[in-house]
Amino acid sequence: MNEELQKPVNTKAIKDLLSLNDSARIKSWLSICSRCGLCAESCFFYLAKNKDPKLSPAYKVKATLLELYKRKGQVDRAFLQKCHDIAWGECTTCKRCSLFCPFGIDIATMISTVRSICHSQGVVPEGLVRTSTNYRESGNQMGMATEDFEETCSWMAEEANDDIRGVEIPVDRAGARIMYTVNAREPMYYPQDISMMAQIFTVVGESWTLPSTGWDCTNLPMFAGDKALAGQVVKRMYDKAVELGVEAIAITECGHAYRSALFEGPYLAGYRDGKPPVPVIHSVRLFYEYLRDGRIKIDPQKMVEEPLTYQDPCNVSRNGGLWREGREILKYLAKDFRDMTPNSEYNHCCGGGGGFIPMGPEFKRRRMESGRVKAEQIRATGAKIVVAPCHNCTDQINDLNKEYQLGIKVVSFKELITERMIVPDEFKPVASEEE
Amino acid sequence: MTEMYEFLTGPGVWISFFIFIGGLIVRTVYLFGVSQERDRVFYNHADWKWGGRSIFHWLLPLGSVSLREQPVFGAAFFVFHVCLFAVPLFLLAHNTLLHEAFGVALPSLPDSVSDILTVVFLVAGLILLARRLVRPEVRILTTAWDYFLLVFTCLPFVTGFLAFHQIGPYQSVLVAHIACAEALLMLIPFTKLAHAVLFFFSRAFIGFEMGTRRGARTW
Repeated sequence: MNEELQKPVNTKAIKDLLSLNDSARIKSWLSICSRCGLCAESCFFYLAKNKDPKLSPAYKVKATLLELYKRKGQVDRAFLQKCHDIAWGECTTCKRCSLFCPFGIDIATMISTVRSICHSQGVVPEGLVRTSTNYRESGNQMGMATEDFEETCSWMAEEANDDIRGVEIPVDRAGARIMYTVNAREPMYYPQDISMMAQIFTVVGESWTLPSTGWDCTNLPMFAGDKALAGQVVKRMYDKAVELGVEAIAITECGHAYRSALFEGPYLAGYRDGKPPVPVIHSVRLFYEYLRDGRIKIDPQKMVEEPLTYQDPCNVSRNGGLWREGREILKYLAKDFRDMTPNSEYNHCCGGGGGFIPMGPEFKRRRMESGRVKAEQIRATGAKIVVAPCHNCTDQINDLNKEYQLGIKVVSFKELITERMIVPDEFKPVASEEE
Repeated sequence: MTEMYEFLTGPGVWISFFIFIGGLIVRTVYLFGVSQERDRVFYNHADWKWGGRSIFHWLLPLGSVSLREQPVFGAAFFVFHVCLFAVPLFLLAHNTLLHEAFGVALPSLPDSVSDILTVVFLVAGLILLARRLVRPEVRILTTAWDYFLLVFTCLPFVTGFLAFHQIGPYQSVLVAHIACAEALLMLIPFTKLAHAVLFFFSRAFIGFEMGTRRGARTW
């Protein structure tokens, strides 16, 4: 990495990438932007830093991609460093600004292009480089070995049987309806997430399996600007789903994994029609269907009494289209739901998206500063519980909780549901009688 | 001056319209060609319901959350564009010339209305200019060329207003009016003003991308 930074800039590589990305969209966007500045107010980085005009989305593109095209890729390391600071440190590619631009210019796509160009010169945040190495070597961002993963699954199946009788965590079961994929943080640090999901699947009688490869649905190379590796990562998941003959790939409560699997993945993996080979469903949608169809019943006595709010993860709500489902689920679970303002597709990013959380400590200060907008949104609701169906949102809001002393607890839908669902008699554990 | 007038109202009109329309066609066709390979994402998710809604809402006055959050700019922005189209197209003097030349013309607004709309347009233009200068997030983006284009877009209206009210040397003002207007038409295809056409494509795209694929509004 450091060696690579000493090398002279490979102008040809930059030129090639500029030309490869020089689509009719980018040509149009760069040439018709009328510099109206309407995008500024839509950006939480801008709002959080006292409306610093350099943080308006249009300025970020003007200072990076437009400049790269103007100079035909003839730039030095200092310029690339500036692009790095903007493309990773000042944008989470949340796409909110596209909703506020009169021309609907997709700034996030252009910032992603800048990231690819930086990546081609080895200018990438260290935290993301580390995960790329892991993906390359092990197929998942944490570098977890397959045996360890499978062992965690069987251990979690055992644990889950303390709560729900008959829980199994099948791996590579061909012909299952759903191939459930997780964020590598779950087997690594939060294995109970897998246990909780297995309990839910067992109670609803779902036909499901975990895959032994392609089980990590996260795709950080997508945020590291490494499109080739991002394509391989998502392809591995698609291939496994096709091999197992499942009807759908289900994604855990993770935002960017859904963005990768359903929206960007097909293009990264080279599917010209832009469709994944197997339908992709997010667990927010799954939970909503289970509750709607009465396959999970919530004990009304256990509904959350405390004020509760919902964090719309950008890649689940605005970029995933699931903001209604999230709120429908909460009708079953919470008595005092208080929405943030703005919300749903107009939500603000928490500040942890776009790769920010894995970018690590050197970016933490900025993350806390830009997260002020989200912290104030949460505080204004008076909620004591924040539901966040996304790992990055969860981490970020937990950090914001400390930084801004919000006095809140961040939970996932899995937690809320498993603690409150009515367990039919046939699934009640028998072990307690023996003790 | 008379020769100049003869030229501008004769071949000048043909040349400027040829470049204006031809330029926009060439640019659009070129982008269409580029898009065949590099913009599959545009075609893959095309759905005119979402594309149409994405365009329509931004043609309405204050039809988007974004403009409603800045109502003064939103109103000025809308009025500016409406007058920019309405005044030259429905001006009695323009339609008289059209009728003389081709025997057909568009309906005309009464001169008093066009006169008021011209002033309204210029006031809206001044608001846009003031906003560019006053708001830091707009000023930082604005280049000299942006100021030039904004002022240049207003020039045919200023000179037209002066000619109509016979302020200043009529013949010269009139020649300046026609020259500015024709120059402006010729600039459109080669500048950001091409948004007159490209607006529809970029808005349709974001409608497909956010609406067709995700069900999210982009207005």
